[in-house]
Amino acid sequence: MPGPELPTAPDAGPAHGACTSCAIYNSANLRKLGVETGTYDYVAAVAGNPNTGKSTVFNALTGLRQHVGNWPGKTVARAEGGFHYHGHGYKLVDLPGTYSLLSTSNDEEIARDFLLFGRPDVTIAVVDATRLERNLNLVLQILQITDRVVVALNLMDESERHGITIDVRHLARELGVPVTPMAARKGQGVPELLESVEQVARGTVATRAHRVKHRDPRLERAVDVLAGQLQQTFPGLPSTRWVALRLLEGDPGTEQAVRDGTLGDLGRGIAGPEATSARPTGTAAR
Amino acid sequence: MTLDELRPDHRATVVALEIRGVQRRRLMDLGLLPGTEVRVDMTSPLGDPTAYLVRDALIALRRSQARAVHIEVHDDEPGRR
Ligand SMILES: Nc1nc2c(ncn2[C@@H]2O[C@H](COP(=O)(O)OP(=O)(O)OP(=O)(O)O)[C@@H](O)[C@H]2O)c(=O)[nH]1
Ligand SMILES: [Mg+2]
Repeated sequence: MPGPELPTAPDAGPAHGACTSCAIYNSANLRKLGVETGTYDYVAAVAGNPNTGKSTVFNALTGLRQHVGNWPGKTVARAEGGFHYHGHGYKLVDLPGTYSLLSTSNDEEIARDFLLFGRPDVTIAVVDATRLERNLNLVLQILQITDRVVVALNLMDESERHGITIDVRHLARELGVPVTPMAARKGQGVPELLESVEQVARGTVATRAHRVKHRDPRLERAVDVLAGQLQQTFPGLPSTRWVALRLLEGDPGTEQAVRDGTLGDLGRGIAGPEATSARPTGTAAR
Repeated sequence: MTLDELRPDHRATVVALEIRGVQRRRLMDLGLLPGTEVRVDMTSPLGDPTAYLVRDALIALRRSQARAVHIEVHDDEPGRR
């Protein structure tokens, strides 16, 4: 399978010579670090619906053996590992599966909070190519909060077996972020995924995430006002527009977190104290 | 007509969700929106919960949830999807 065409800036790859998109070259540059994340430059989150192969992708990149099995809900807490690629350290965070950032169970909350408030430099959205329509719900929700997304279109072997063909270039263009087809269990597509993750992390490819628009301009204005107030009350809090929308919906959990101030702790706490000190060249100033 | 009345192996299209707040959100996150096609897959002995096929995945709904989903039944076949 040919590598995916990035949605924008076709010649914006890193300056590593001619063979940077060549699979063997890329894999040779991957050093799996297991749990030894040490210091790192970038944090990448692995998110997606349950049972889409997130832990399989995580294991392929870190060399770890996170629990993998053929039923949903295996990963119930966040697992961390690391890898080194083209001279940069990455911390990778494997998240529990979730269908939505909106209505959530306990494991789903772990994933939601990390995506919203953990400030990952890249989010790898692992999707099941045999159930694309269902999986895109979460992808679109993630694209509402960040541009720094790579879609890992996994289980391509299964979808081919079912006779499903996916227009990957078109999908990438519509979503506005790179889409890499893969069959993670066989290691297929891993080099291309690495390349896209690096490009998004380092900002060498311009992504322009598809944003679902709200129909009513009054709603947009209300979100602007509330998000501004949240920014003042909780300085540095990410995803304030998302939080503002939940408040406008009257979501009880969000209202409570604002009232008792735990919302601010979410914004500070999740990356962990070690994460801020150990990121010499990260993008903390975003 | 509502989803709890849909007979096994008949297909229908969701036309409205008569439910608000968190419960409505949950149904939408399960993939049930106006325009979505749905089919009964399995009923438990007492018919509660029932498994439905929605967007290539099985979801289980309690009768109280299914009652909030207004549908239009397709008038072809039973059986095929
Ligand atoms: N055929 C095929 N199977 C895969 C592929 N990737 C993962 N799997 C299988 O899919 C199943 C689920 O993989 P996991 O990596 O545990 O999925 P997960 O997304 O981490 O699951 P949860 O943590 O439960 O949400 C396992 O049986 C994997 O071996 C793939 O590319 N092709
Ligand atoms: Mg997992």
